[in-house]
Amino acid sequence: MSALPKTDATRADDVLVVDGLRKDYGGTTVVDGLSFSIARGSCYALLGPNGAGKTTTLRCCLGLTEPDGGAIRLVGEPVPRNARQARIRVGVVPQTDNLDPDFTVTENLQVYGRYFGLSDGDVLARVPGLLEFANLAHKKNARIAELSGGMKRRLTLARALVNDPDLIFMDEPTTGLDPQARHVIWERLKQLLGRGKTILLTTHFMDEAERLATRLAVIDHGRKIAEGAPRDLIRTHIEPHVIEVYGDGAFAWAQREGRQLADRMEISGETAFCYAAEPATLLESLERVAVLRYLHRPANLEDVFLKLTGREMRDES
Amino acid sequence: MSAALPLQSGRTSRWAPPRLSARFVPVWRRNFLVWRKLFVERLLTNVIEPLLTIVAFGYGLGSLLPEVDGVSYLQFLASGAIAMSVMYSAKFESLWGAFSRMHVQKTWDAILHTPLAVDDLLLGEIFWAASKATFTGLCILVMIWVLGIAREPSSLLVLPAAFFIALVFSAMALIVNAVARSYDLLSNYFTVVVMPLVFLSGVYFPLSQLPPWLREVARWLPMTAAVDLVRPLALGRSPAHPVRDVLLLSVFGLLCYYVALVLTRRRLLK
Repeated sequence: MSALPKTDATRADDVLVVDGLRKDYGGTTVVDGLSFSIARGSCYALLGPNGAGKTTTLRCCLGLTEPDGGAIRLVGEPVPRNARQARIRVGVVPQTDNLDPDFTVTENLQVYGRYFGLSDGDVLARVPGLLEFANLAHKKNARIAELSGGMKRRLTLARALVNDPDLIFMDEPTTGLDPQARHVIWERLKQLLGRGKTILLTTHFMDEAERLATRLAVIDHGRKIAEGAPRDLIRTHIEPHVIEVYGDGAFAWAQREGRQLADRMEISGETAFCYAAEPATLLESLERVAVLRYLHRPANLEDVFLKLTGREMRDES
Repeated sequence: MSAALPLQSGRTSRWAPPRLSARFVPVWRRNFLVWRKLFVERLLTNVIEPLLTIVAFGYGLGSLLPEVDGVSYLQFLASGAIAMSVMYSAKFESLWGAFSRMHVQKTWDAILHTPLAVDDLLLGEIFWAASKATFTGLCILVMIWVLGIAREPSSLLVLPAAFFIALVFSAMALIVNAVARSYDLLSNYFTVVVMPLVFLSGVYFPLSQLPPWLREVARWLPMTAAVDLVRPLALGRSPAHPVRDVLLLSVFGLLCYYVALVLTRRRLLK
């Protein structure tokens, strides 16, 4: 067995254990000593801005990129050494669909199942269940070009389940989908968790992480800067009330009154974010200035994320 | 503590010897399924191009020429054309076909998320290209029988020879695929490397017509060995030096597979 050190957060039956992972590209450190561990049956999210090292981390975990340091144990196998054996029990939903355009929906599942060493009979027996799960039974003989974006995503998800994996990697699974299609994917992921599957999710959608993740890590510049259950992270890092003030006069009001009344305030673009444990005095002040527009809401993961990673724009690295 | 598990450095594993296994078979079957769907249109290109060569050069030009190496020019050309078409077919599949699967459709990315390694993937591609090229060889052989150019039963031995040489040229093409950034390099490779190889290989005229120094160069080209092997078989004769040809092609082919493997690993597993 692996000689990975046991920390409090690491249990023997954790489906994925990453310890001190490091990856450099031409002198730039993309993943910098990242450690995390995923308990069986849970959903773990890697949350980070573009270029934070999320996809590189996934590639290292799958044995597709050689780390420059650290250790990985995937479904009990050391990676990259036994990556092949590990991948037999892992499913992957990549960031961009790479379904086979020459094949029908059913053929895509059939052909993919063979790569896992499954017999044609085995795969064909699984296809109806997979299509039902993906809500694509009525499209089983359709070509890929006939599918909508949401259908393609669902088929990619079904394809990732063809080998009945223990762990499913999902790299930004709902990027580019419309709201309805996103909700369908979320609902399916909940079903998978209900069946005891484990999910590793990367996303930059806060609502997605908040909704799905049992635990999550905020990563930036390849380093983990916070980790925990979404609710706990919000409680730890952010005051419970957030008031976003925007529109004409917002900036002047923020400088004049917001700064004194809020526990903490940040300006981003044309919006002042006021954080407070007790919002009453802030709200009274805002009511007195008729032109101001504002939104009072509970603190969410996005506040945590922005507080920890900063508000400046990131370009794709 | 981070050294708890020894990691191979990227450089070491990239140069690792090929790990061959039967896992390549599903890759072959994937490509076969696509081919079966597009069978009819592909069949036409398989037949028409060599038919044109044989009719235009063999019948047209050939009628003006004396015998070559003891056979009519038509027979000389048609038997050489089998080797040429088999090589072209393998090249096309491992250049444009593989490039679109690797870079455009990202089929290879999807495959690498399964228990298959780059080693399996390339082996599947090579065996597939060789299968397809052998089918091309069969088409021309049938054409040669039908046109009555040669009708020796032993000419069926062309088929295993075709499969073997197609493996070699597919592996060679996959090196180019591994470094290509766009389709342009594929076309350039074809024009700058493949076409001259064909002209020096003895498909269109015997090597004895070349100046001595060029003849010496041509003798060591893999395409020449392929023609030396296939031409006599197609005409029902025995190759002059089969062991030398097979050995030369084997060494060259294995070397190409290894280089293609290392370069493709570098490309995909960064």
